[in-house]
Amino acid sequence: MAEKSWLTDVPQLDRETLLSIRQTLDEAYRGFSRAYGETIESWFDPILAFLVWFEKLLLATPWWLVILILAGISHFAARSWRLTIGVVISFILIGYFGMWENTMQTLSIITVCTLLAIALGIPTGIAMARSDRVQTIVTPILDVMQTMPAFVYLIPVVMLLGIGKIPGLIAVVIYAIPPVIRLTNLGIRLVDKEVLEAADAYGVTPTQRLFNIQLPLAMPNIMAGVNQTIMMALAMVVIASMIGVKGLGQPVLKSITNQYFTLGLFNGLAIVALAIVFDRVSQAYAKRSQQHIGSRQ
Amino acid sequence: MTENTIIEIAGLYKVFGKTPEKIMPMVREGVPKDTILKQTGHTLGLKDINLQIRRGEIFVIMGLSGSGKSTLIRHFNRLIDPTEGQIKVEGTDIMQLGIPELRDFRRQKMSMVFQHFGLLPHYTVLDNVAFGLKTQGINKKTRNAKAQEWLTTVGLGEYGDQYPSQLSGGQQQRVGLARALCTDADILLMDEAFSALDPLIRSEMQDQLISLQEKLHKTIIFITHDLDEALRLGDRIAILRDGELVQVGEPKDILLEPADDYVEAFVRDVNRARALTVDTVMKPPSCRIASELISEAIRQMKQSKSEYGFYVNEQGYQGAVSRKSLEQALEQQGDRAIDTSVVNAGHVLSPNAIIEEVIPDTLESEFPLPVVNERGELEGEISRRHIARILSVPHDAPEASNEANNDDPPSKDLPA
Repeated sequence: MAEKSWLTDVPQLDRETLLSIRQTLDEAYRGFSRAYGETIESWFDPILAFLVWFEKLLLATPWWLVILILAGISHFAARSWRLTIGVVISFILIGYFGMWENTMQTLSIITVCTLLAIALGIPTGIAMARSDRVQTIVTPILDVMQTMPAFVYLIPVVMLLGIGKIPGLIAVVIYAIPPVIRLTNLGIRLVDKEVLEAADAYGVTPTQRLFNIQLPLAMPNIMAGVNQTIMMALAMVVIASMIGVKGLGQPVLKSITNQYFTLGLFNGLAIVALAIVFDRVSQAYAKRSQQHIGSRQ
Repeated sequence: MTENTIIEIAGLYKVFGKTPEKIMPMVREGVPKDTILKQTGHTLGLKDINLQIRRGEIFVIMGLSGSGKSTLIRHFNRLIDPTEGQIKVEGTDIMQLGIPELRDFRRQKMSMVFQHFGLLPHYTVLDNVAFGLKTQGINKKTRNAKAQEWLTTVGLGEYGDQYPSQLSGGQQQRVGLARALCTDADILLMDEAFSALDPLIRSEMQDQLISLQEKLHKTIIFITHDLDEALRLGDRIAILRDGELVQVGEPKDILLEPADDYVEAFVRDVNRARALTVDTVMKPPSCRIASELISEAIRQMKQSKSEYGFYVNEQGYQGAVSRKSLEQALEQQGDRAIDTSVVNAGHVLSPNAIIEEVIPDTLESEFPLPVVNERGELEGEISRRHIARILSVPHDAPEASNEANNDDPPSKDLPA
């Protein structure tokens, strides 16, 4: 066997060892999910309840009222008639083309995912900004979260929690949370040192420093992070539909398997419309709330 | 330490780097800054600073960039902690303060004005001024009322609702000043407060600070790299070079008796005419005539080899007399008491006047001009020759100080 040396072939584990490693890990995880799956699932009950309630609420509300409320929100946030009219027209078209229910489902899961991502992401970002050590630990984790193909982490989530809304929600949040964490961290770190020094010179407490100075001044970056998070959550809708999340993703999935081009296109366009609305409204809000900073006479 | 001392700094060292304590023996041995940096990677920020700052004075710390002045001022409120040394404020060693006490100390005792203003861009101007009070937890109504008052004092009463970015640099620094004054702290730290402003606005702000100080009598520690500013504002000036104090003294000491070549180089470009006052450069009067009789006065002048004299009686300074006119009067009318016919009341200078203001009068006058204080007493004299010398090359300056210079007979001051 002289021709088979490590010089010519990649050193490799033999098949049996590799197989046994895989089997052991799979068994261990399976055992873990059998033992704790239900407990862990029960942690998410409040979120599930909220998600279900919110979805029902959106579906139970008359369509015109939903559009009115959405138009109201976007007008409050952006103060732009063009945008508001755009919102109204896109939602009327979505309804007209028979995608109202799916859109409401997607809207509800995106909203819940975004809220969850903000609720978890901003504190994490703050912790990262306060300590270099936390930053060194969290940054590679975020890198993995963003680069690991979504399908890969769907597997353990599904193994643990089965298919349904919650695993979908977790997958979406994992995928979408890094930008808000990163930009919260960045935003706080970029706050002008002299402003912070001035605040310190007047004897601010750490809490006053965070809430009166750092967070407000980091807000443009944090809002950019939130915006990115929303966009990424929307991008995950189709993948999440593979594990049973209802909404605009499911018809898309169906069209892939059945080659329904038009169905796929319509639903795809509906996702795009949602994305544009979310993006423009959140960006306009961020811009408007920061108007006084840096605007010279 | 006198009872007037409000801040005392003793044996203060600051070394920047990873393990500053380990470098301290080297620093104490007097190893130069550059060598320390090369060998250990540590930067020597401040070296053996000893300072006493008196209550109610404007104390200017001056130095070029990198001299450690901004580092030094940040030790006063412990925005930077020293590697070694003692900082006492009103007798309290602030190095012993815990975090909450330090916070209270910063809120109550000291406030600070920053070079680039350090205003909060997301607060309105009024909220910025009220910031110190907000930090202290004072309710909105009280703090806004007080902030409005200070805003009006600095001349920005109308701007409360604007945001800092809507104001010009000078206006922003006024807001910074109002914010510092609003907490009623006794001590004001001003870190290159006017350096970022253009010259015209800067001198306006200096004027404002001086006039505010006349009313408020705060203790102000003012950092600058501009000697003209230092001389204009400072009751006392400390000059810092490479983290070491080179000289501490009143403006005239710095100008007229620079401690070393470094200070001298600094002083060279200063507009002395604007920086010095009459009393710092005047000479004692060469001929003070107190006798009543003309003959007696002439005799006195001859003795002191003067061509002129200053006539004083119990009421104080009366005027100048020249030997020529006295001799003329003696010839024509015989000996008699000195009266207004021979005394020329003429110009007198105030000891507080700035040299620049007295140049025209001094140059026009044939004789030296008398310096008379507000009580009417004759304090000294200044001749045009004297002025010329003060304003010329600084190397001559120590010679021309207010110490008596008897090797320089006053008669020489006469025009040829």
